[in-house]
Amino acid sequence: MKGDVIRAEGLTKVFNRSVVAVDHVSFSVRDGEIFGFLGPNGAGKTTTINMLTTVLRPTEGNAWVMDFDVVKQAKEVRKVIGVVPQEYTADEDLTGYENVMLCADLYGIPRDVAKKRALELLELVDLIDFKDKRVETYSGGMRRRLELACGLINRPKVLFLDEPTLGLDVHTRAAIWSYIKRLKEEYDMTIFMTTHYLEEADALCDRIAIIDHGKIIAMGSPDELKNSLGGDIITIAIKERADVTEIIKGCENVKEVRYENGAYRIKAKDGEVTAPLIIEALRRRGYTVVKLSLTKPTLNEVFLEYTGRALRDSEESRESFIAHRITLMRARR
Amino acid sequence: MSSSKLVDEARPSLIRGLRALLFRELKKWLEDPVMVVMLVLQPLIWMGLLGKAMNINALFSANNMNLPQQIHVPGDAVLSPPGLRFVVLNGTKLSQFFNELGSKMMQGVFGTTDYFSFMSIGMVSMIVVTTTMFSGMSIVWDRRLGFLGKVLSTPVSRAAIIFSKILNATLRAMFQATVILALAYLLGLQLSPTFTPMNLLGVYAAIFLLSVGLSSIFIAFSIRSTRLERPMQFISLITMPLMFASNIFFPINLMPDWLQAVAKVNPLTYLTDAVRQLTILPTNFTALAWDFAYLIAFSAVFAVIGVLLSWRYLSL
Repeated sequence: MKGDVIRAEGLTKVFNRSVVAVDHVSFSVRDGEIFGFLGPNGAGKTTTINMLTTVLRPTEGNAWVMDFDVVKQAKEVRKVIGVVPQEYTADEDLTGYENVMLCADLYGIPRDVAKKRALELLELVDLIDFKDKRVETYSGGMRRRLELACGLINRPKVLFLDEPTLGLDVHTRAAIWSYIKRLKEEYDMTIFMTTHYLEEADALCDRIAIIDHGKIIAMGSPDELKNSLGGDIITIAIKERADVTEIIKGCENVKEVRYENGAYRIKAKDGEVTAPLIIEALRRRGYTVVKLSLTKPTLNEVFLEYTGRALRDSEESRESFIAHRITLMRARR
Repeated sequence: MSSSKLVDEARPSLIRGLRALLFRELKKWLEDPVMVVMLVLQPLIWMGLLGKAMNINALFSANNMNLPQQIHVPGDAVLSPPGLRFVVLNGTKLSQFFNELGSKMMQGVFGTTDYFSFMSIGMVSMIVVTTTMFSGMSIVWDRRLGFLGKVLSTPVSRAAIIFSKILNATLRAMFQATVILALAYLLGLQLSPTFTPMNLLGVYAAIFLLSVGLSSIFIAFSIRSTRLERPMQFISLITMPLMFASNIFFPINLMPDWLQAVAKVNPLTYLTDAVRQLTILPTNFTALAWDFAYLIAFSAVFAVIGVLLSWRYLSL
C-alpha cells in the first residue's frame, strides 16, 4: 500500500543465475513499527536487507523505501535510511568518535551539526567515556553500540538492523535490545531488522515475517503467529472423577480438549481470558479445579509448524563463514 | 510522517566523502610504521644487491684486469703487414684507454656512466608498482569486513570510494619514492648537470600519473572479488613482467625485438625514462614530452575505466 514505509513486491535475487537467495518476497512495513525478518542463516534475510538498502540490485521485483524506488532512486533512499550491518564495520584503527564522524562525512552532514549529533549519539549508547579510544579496544557490545550510533548519524527515517545481536552473550544481547528501544523512542523511526534468535524477534518486533529458503512462509505479529497455531495450552485438573470435556468445550475460545495423564489439555485462544471462564464454568457445575497451568506457544513452535523443523543453522559459503568468524571473534573480546 | 528537515540539510559531496575516506586510509597507513619501513626496505635491498653488489661498472673497467706495466703483444696481431716480432704496450696507458672505452660503452648503453644511478631510478618505478598493487587488496578487505557495504549504503558518491583508494595508493607511492630518491642520493646517485630542484616537480607529476593509472588497474581487477587470492594472483602474475619487460634494470634497446615491443607499451618504461631524464641524464625534452604524453594518456584511460566500472559494478 502506498504510504507504507517499506514496500516490496515480488522481490527476488538470484546469484550466479542459479542460486535463488530471495524468492518473490512481498511485504510492507508500516510507519513506526519494528518489523522483523526471522529465519535461519542463509534464508535470504541479509540479501533482502542488501536490496532494500540499495547495495544489491534485485534480479526481479520492486521495492520502495519512503516511496523511493530502491533501484531508480537509490540515492534518495540512501539519504533517509540508516544501516547497522551484521558485521562490525567500524574501523579498528580509528576512535569511536572518528568513526561516527566518518559516517557523518559520508552523509555530508554539516560539520558543526555532525559534531553535536555524534556526541549526543555516543552519549545515548553510553560510549561517551570511550569516544577517544581506538575501536580495537572495544568489546563486542560496545562495537555493536558504536554501529548503532553510526547508523543513526543521519537521523534516518528507517533503520535497518541486520542481526543486531549476532554473537553477543545473553546479557549483552538484552542490553542492546534496550538501546534499540530507547533509540527508537528518541528518534521516532521505523525499524526493519533481521534475526535468527526467536526471543529477539519476540521481544522486539511488532510484526514478523518468517522467512525460509528465500520465501516468506508466515507473517504477522508475534501473538498472531502464535495464535495461528490454535492458541495457548491450558492444563486443568479437577478433584472429582468425572468427564467434563463437554463442559469445557462449551466455553468460549476453546478449540480442542483432550484428557491426558489425569488432566485436561485444552487448546484455546487467549488463554489468560479463557482459563478463568473455564474455571467459572466448572465451578458453577460443582467441580473443583485443583491444578491449572497456562502455556503460551513460542515462535519456535510456529517455525516448526510451518517448516517442519526447528530453526537450524544451514551451511554457509566460505566467505560469509569467514566474515561470521571475524564478527564472532570480535564480539567475544 | 514526521518532517524531513533534518535529512535535507545533509549534502553528500564527492569532495567531502573523498576526504573522509582518504583520511581513514592514510591514518591506517601512518599508524603502521612497520609496513612503511618494510615497503621501503624492499627496493633498498634491490638497490644494494643489483646496484652495488652486481657492479656492472666494474665489468667495463680495466681496474680489475691487473695489467702489468709492459705488455708484449705479438707483432702480427696488431700490425699488418707483419714485420716486427712484438710490440711493447704501456700497461698504465692501456688501462686508461680501457677505462675510457668502458665509460663510453656505459654511456652508450645506459646513458650514464654509473649503473647504480641508472638502476636506483628504476627502483622508483618499482616502488610505485609494489605500493599501488595493494590498492586492489584493500578493496577486497573492505568488502569482506563489511565496511564497503556500509559505505555503499550511504549516499556518498561511488566515485569517492574508488578515488579514495587511488589517491591513497598514489600518495603512498609518492612518499615511498621520496624515501628511495633520498636514500639513493645518500648512497651516491650522480645527478646530471642539467638537474635543478624544480625538476623534482616533474618527477612527482610523473609518479602521480603512473600511480593513478596502475592503482586504477589493480582496483578495477578486484572490484567484484570477494577473495584475497584473486588480487594476489593478479599481482604475482603481472609484477614480474611489468618490472623486467621495462627499462628499470636494463635499457630496452639491448632486448630482443619482441621484448622491446612489450617494453615499449609498458608504462613503467615511460615513468623510468621521465625520471631519468629529469635527474641523472642531460634532459632530452622531446623524449620527456613523449614520456609525459604516454603517462597522461595511460592514467586518464585507466582512471576513467576504474570509475566507470565502479559505477556499474561496485555493489555487494
